[in-house]
Amino acid sequence: MEYVIEMNNIRKEFPGIVANDNITLQLQKGEIHALLGENGAGKSTLMNVLFGLYQPERGEIKVRGEKVDITDPNKANDLGIGMVHQHFMLVQNFTVTENIILGSEPTAKGSIDLRKAEKDVQEISDRYGLRVDPKAKIEDISVGMQQRAEILKTLYRGAEILIFDEPTASLTPQEIKELIQIMNNLIQEGKSIILITHKLKEIMEVCDRCTVIRRGVGIGTVDVAEATENSLAEMMVGREVSFKVDKTPASPKEVVLTVKDLVVEDSRKVDVVNKLNLEVREGEIMGVAGVDGNGQTELVEAITGLRPAKSGSITIAGQDTTKYKPRKVTEVGIGHIPQDRHKHGLVLDFTIGENILLQTYYQKPYTNTGILNYNRMYEKARELIEEYDVRTPSAETRAGALSGGNQQKAIIAREMDRSPKVLIAAQPTRGLDVGAIEFIHSKLIEERDKGRGVLLVSLELEEVINVSDRIAVIYEGEIVEIVDAADTNEQELGLLMAGGKKEEGEPTT
Amino acid sequence: MMNMLKGRAFNIAIPLIAILFGFLAGAVIMLLSGNNPITGYGALISGIIGEPYDFGETLQRMTPLIFSGLAVAFAFRTGLLNIGVEGQLIVGWFTSVYVGLAIEAPMVIHLPLAIGAGALAGALWGFVPGYLKARFQVHEVIVTIMMNYIAIHVTNSLIRMYLLDSGQRTGFVNPSASLESPFLSEITQFSRLHWGFFIAAAACVIMWFILWKTRKGFELRSVGYNKNASLYSGMNVNANIVLSMVVSGAFAGAGGAMVGLGTYQYANILPSFTNIGFDGIAVALLGASTSVGIFLAAFLFGGLQQGANMMQAQAGVAPELVEIIIALIIFFVASSYIIRWAFTRMQSRKEEK
Repeated sequence: MEYVIEMNNIRKEFPGIVANDNITLQLQKGEIHALLGENGAGKSTLMNVLFGLYQPERGEIKVRGEKVDITDPNKANDLGIGMVHQHFMLVQNFTVTENIILGSEPTAKGSIDLRKAEKDVQEISDRYGLRVDPKAKIEDISVGMQQRAEILKTLYRGAEILIFDEPTASLTPQEIKELIQIMNNLIQEGKSIILITHKLKEIMEVCDRCTVIRRGVGIGTVDVAEATENSLAEMMVGREVSFKVDKTPASPKEVVLTVKDLVVEDSRKVDVVNKLNLEVREGEIMGVAGVDGNGQTELVEAITGLRPAKSGSITIAGQDTTKYKPRKVTEVGIGHIPQDRHKHGLVLDFTIGENILLQTYYQKPYTNTGILNYNRMYEKARELIEEYDVRTPSAETRAGALSGGNQQKAIIAREMDRSPKVLIAAQPTRGLDVGAIEFIHSKLIEERDKGRGVLLVSLELEEVINVSDRIAVIYEGEIVEIVDAADTNEQELGLLMAGGKKEEGEPTT
Repeated sequence: MMNMLKGRAFNIAIPLIAILFGFLAGAVIMLLSGNNPITGYGALISGIIGEPYDFGETLQRMTPLIFSGLAVAFAFRTGLLNIGVEGQLIVGWFTSVYVGLAIEAPMVIHLPLAIGAGALAGALWGFVPGYLKARFQVHEVIVTIMMNYIAIHVTNSLIRMYLLDSGQRTGFVNPSASLESPFLSEITQFSRLHWGFFIAAAACVIMWFILWKTRKGFELRSVGYNKNASLYSGMNVNANIVLSMVVSGAFAGAGGAMVGLGTYQYANILPSFTNIGFDGIAVALLGASTSVGIFLAAFLFGGLQQGANMMQAQAGVAPELVEIIIALIIFFVASSYIIRWAFTRMQSRKEEK
C-alpha cells in the first residue's frame, strides 16, 4: 500500500502533559482520512506536528515514502501539505485573490500582477467547483465562501495533501453539503485529505478510513465501511454512548413564556425578528429550528434583555419583561445558556468559581453590605462543580484553561442551579464532543421533567428533533410553523426552514 | 525552571528580570560613554540608602508615584487606559492647596478635608472621560490626554490670577492642613519626608480591598475582562466604566494632595508637566497592576530618581542615564513575551542534552 503521509509512533510533550503518545496515522493517496477524538484529545497537536508548528519528541514522519523533518510551516508547504484552519486566516478587507496570493505574490516588472492572479484563482475555482468570486471582498462573502477561499489558498500553493480542521463547525447544513461535494471533487483530482472532526455522521458519510485518538493516545485505525457510528463513538470515548435521547412524553402545563408580535432590530438597524409569536409551556422543550441568521440570536437576546425590543411584548411567568434589563429578567426567572460561551457565557480570565457565581455574586450570602464572601462563593462553586461533573483541577483555576465541554458544564451548573422558570439554551452543544452532548441533553430533559419551560435554539436539526417536544421553525424572523417533534423529520424541517410551506396535513399548535 | 514558566512565579520573575536587564543595559551605556559602571551604580545605591536623608527623600519621592501607579492600575483593571493621571494629579494638587489656604479649621477636620478636596477634584477630572466613554464611546486615551492640558493651564492661570504669593507660587498652606512631620523629617536628617507616605501605603491596601474584596471590585474586574459577559450577568457596564475612572481620578487627585500638602506646602505655576502621572503608567506596568507590585515599583523609581543626583556628583554620570534605565526596564517588561520565549528555548535546549 502506498502512503502519501506516514506519521509513525508520534510523541509530543508539553510541560506537565503528554499531548500525543504513540500515535500512528497513515494517509493513503486519494482517500479522505478522518482523525477522530474528543475535544482536547490531541488532534490539533498531531496536525500541528505534521504542519511543522511543533517538533515531536519521538516518532518519524514520512512523506511519499521519504523520511522528512518538518521544521516549519514553509517546509510543510514545500512538501505539498496545506491546512484549512477552523478559524480562517483571512484579511477581512482584502479580496479573495489578494488573500490567496498573500505571501507569494506573482509579480510583473516589480509590481503585483493581480490580473494574472485573478485568472489563476478563477481557473482553480472552476476546476474544483469551488464557486468563489476572486474579486469579492472577504467581509462581504458568506462563511461558506470564506472557507472555500481558504481551500483555494492551499490549492493555489500546490497542496496535494489537505488538512481540514473541523471544517463544518460554523457552516449551515446546506454549506456542509457543498463542502462534502468539494471534498469529493478534490479526491477525484488526486488529492488526499485528512479531516479533523468529532462529528460521527460526517465521517460515516465522506471518509474512507478513520484514525481515533483518545486522551492523547492512538487507539487505532478502522475502515469506515466496517464501522458504525456507535463503534466509532465507543472508540473515541472509551465506553458505550447512547445517541437516542431517553425521554418520556412531555406533560406540558401552564404557558410560562409568551412572545407576542415581537420586532427586534439587529446592529445594522434591520428588523430581523418580524412580529414573532411564540409560547413555551411549563414542562416542555420547545425547539427553534432555522438556518443561521434568521433572527434566532436577536430573539434570544431580546427575551433575555440583552437587546431592546422595537415593538411587541415578552411575558415571563405572567410578568411583562419587555423593557427589563438583563438582571431583572434573570431575577424574574430566566436561565440563559448563551450561544457564544466565550463572548457572553464566561469571563475567561476569572476563576471557574467566580464564573459559577457570575449571576448570584451580589446576593446574600455571597455579598454582605458590599463585601464579598469568597469562602462562601467557593464553597458553592465546589458544590456545583461536583454535582455537574465539571472537570477542573480546582475551583480557583482560570476558566479559560478548561476544555469547551467543561466550560459549558460550568455555565449549565450556574444557570440551572438557580431553578429558573424558563431555561433558554442557545446552541448548547456547539463544538462539544459526544460525551458532553449526552450530558447536556439529559440535563435539559431533567429541567423539563421538573416542570420548567425550555427553549432550545439550535442549528443542528438532529438535536432539535431528538431533544424537543415541539419544534417552531423560524424563517426570516417569523415562526412559520410549529410541529410535533415526534412526527416530523429532517427533510420536512429542512424544507420549512428554507421558507417552504407545509404541504399537507393541518398545522399543529 | 519548570515552575518559573507557570503562572504566579513567572509573573514575579518577569519584572525582576526586566530590572536586571535594564541595569545591565545601563552598564553597557556607561562603559560606552567612558564611565565605570561599578562606581556609577555604587554612587546610585549610596544615593538611595547611603544616608538617612537620601532614604527619606526616596520615600518622599515614591509617595505620589504610589498614588499615580494605583490610579493607572485601577482604571486598567476595568479595561481603561487612564493617560490623564497627570492632569488629575495637578488639579488634585491645586485644589488641596486651595482648601489648605482658604479655610481655617482644626487639623482633624482641615487635613482630611483638604486631601478629600484634592481627591474629589481628581475624581471630577476622571469623570469627564469616563462619562464620554460610557455614553458616546469616545476613546478615553484621547480625552484624558486633552484633559491633561486643560488641567495644567487652568490651574496655572488660576494661581496667576488669584493666588500668587511670591514669585511663581501660592502661599504656604495653613499648618492645620499640612502633612509635614517634624518627627519624620528629623529622623531622616531633615528630608522632606511627610505623613503622606503612610497614607500612600494605606491607599495600596484600599485598592487591594476594593478590587478583591468588594462586590463593586468584582464587577469592575469583570467589566475589564469581558464587557459582554458582564452585561449578560446583569452588571451595569457603563456605570462601572464611569465609576472606575472616578476612583482612578480620586487616587490621582489624592496623590496631588500629597505633593501639595506634604512635599511643597504650596502650589506653583507649572512650566511643564510634573511627569508624576506619566511615571505612574510605568509604575503600574512594572507592578503588574497589583498593590504590592506598585508599592515596590514606586520605591524603585523613586529611588532611581533620587539616586541619580548622587551618581552625577560622585561618579560624573549624567543623571539622564537613570531615565534611560527606567525606559529600558519598561521596555523589557513590555517585551516579557521575548523573555518567555527565551526561557522556553533554554529549557528545550537543556532537555535535548
